[in-house]
Amino acid sequence: MTVSAELDRRFRDAAVTAGLLDVGFDVVESPVGPLLMAATSRGLCRISFDPDPERHLDRLAREFGPRVLRSSATVDAAHRQLDEYFAGSRRGFELDVDLGVAPPFAQRVLDELAHVPFGETTTYGTLASRVGAPRAARAVGTVMNRNPLPIVLPCHRVIGSNGSLTGYGGGLHVKEHLLRLEGVLM
Amino acid sequence: MEAVAATPAIPPFERFYLEQRDVVFGFLQRRLGANRVEDAFQETFLRALRAYPRLEHGEHLRAWVLTIAARLVIDTGRRAPPLAAELPELPVEDGRPAYAQLEHLAEALPPTERAAVVLRYGYDLHYDDIATALGSSPDAARQAASSGIRRLRARKEIA
Repeated sequence: MTVSAELDRRFRDAAVTAGLLDVGFDVVESPVGPLLMAATSRGLCRISFDPDPERHLDRLAREFGPRVLRSSATVDAAHRQLDEYFAGSRRGFELDVDLGVAPPFAQRVLDELAHVPFGETTTYGTLASRVGAPRAARAVGTVMNRNPLPIVLPCHRVIGSNGSLTGYGGGLHVKEHLLRLEGVLM
Repeated sequence: MEAVAATPAIPPFERFYLEQRDVVFGFLQRRLGANRVEDAFQETFLRALRAYPRLEHGEHLRAWVLTIAARLVIDTGRRAPPLAAELPELPVEDGRPAYAQLEHLAEALPPTERAAVVLRYGYDLHYDDIATALGSSPDAARQAASSGIRRLRARKEIA
């Protein structure tokens, strides 16, 4: 005896409506491959290029609470904005975010990162200076590397001081795709 | 019979739900019939979600969620008579159903025995269902229930 897809969805929707989740997540399609997206009641808390939920459940539970459940309703708004971004009709995101227990330095860097506009790039060193730690370019790199909300917090707009793309969590081809989409790369 | 390893951590709810949903659905369908299983299924897991933050460990989660389901079956039976499925006759004393008293009495038992005793004598589940709840065989469930009862008798907590 197995649960029908419809009953399964009914329960998941009811759980969201009742406000019983610590975190809701879903896997969505995008031009750069499937993405796992997760949100708490405070805002979007995760975007990952690794779409296998099993590799995220424990960490999400540890960071935000054990009531983690797959439910498209929790990430619908963010998903819609991402679609618009990829379709070229959106240049900025209007989303609440939940950075959880990010350390203060990472918080500051990610706050500053959010201000790098569509279609522009900056460098690790510049970002480090902007948060008042001009010698911390490498530490800024580490924060970019662990960015919990790539695309929305645009770490793809941060490049090396010599103009090289350096690295990207989703792979360099994704970084190139995003920068091409924004008209930075031809 | 009890595991001596460290108590398992509470899994993220998604994993718990995926592991238990078919068992809970089957149990509710047997008890309530096809017409009432869906609402009961949803309500069981909503109750489990509400209670989840208060769990202290991840042991016997199947027995735990089936206990919630069994309680719901009894609540449902109080509100409306069952259609085709039979419900257990529970003796009621002082307006409190037997399972409530039994759960209190059985609190001091080791977890497996407690679950077996409460599910058998409080909820009148068959040993097949209890075995499912405990993840063991019907024989092991029967043994756990009877050694629990023996232990309670030895403590003169039940006649």
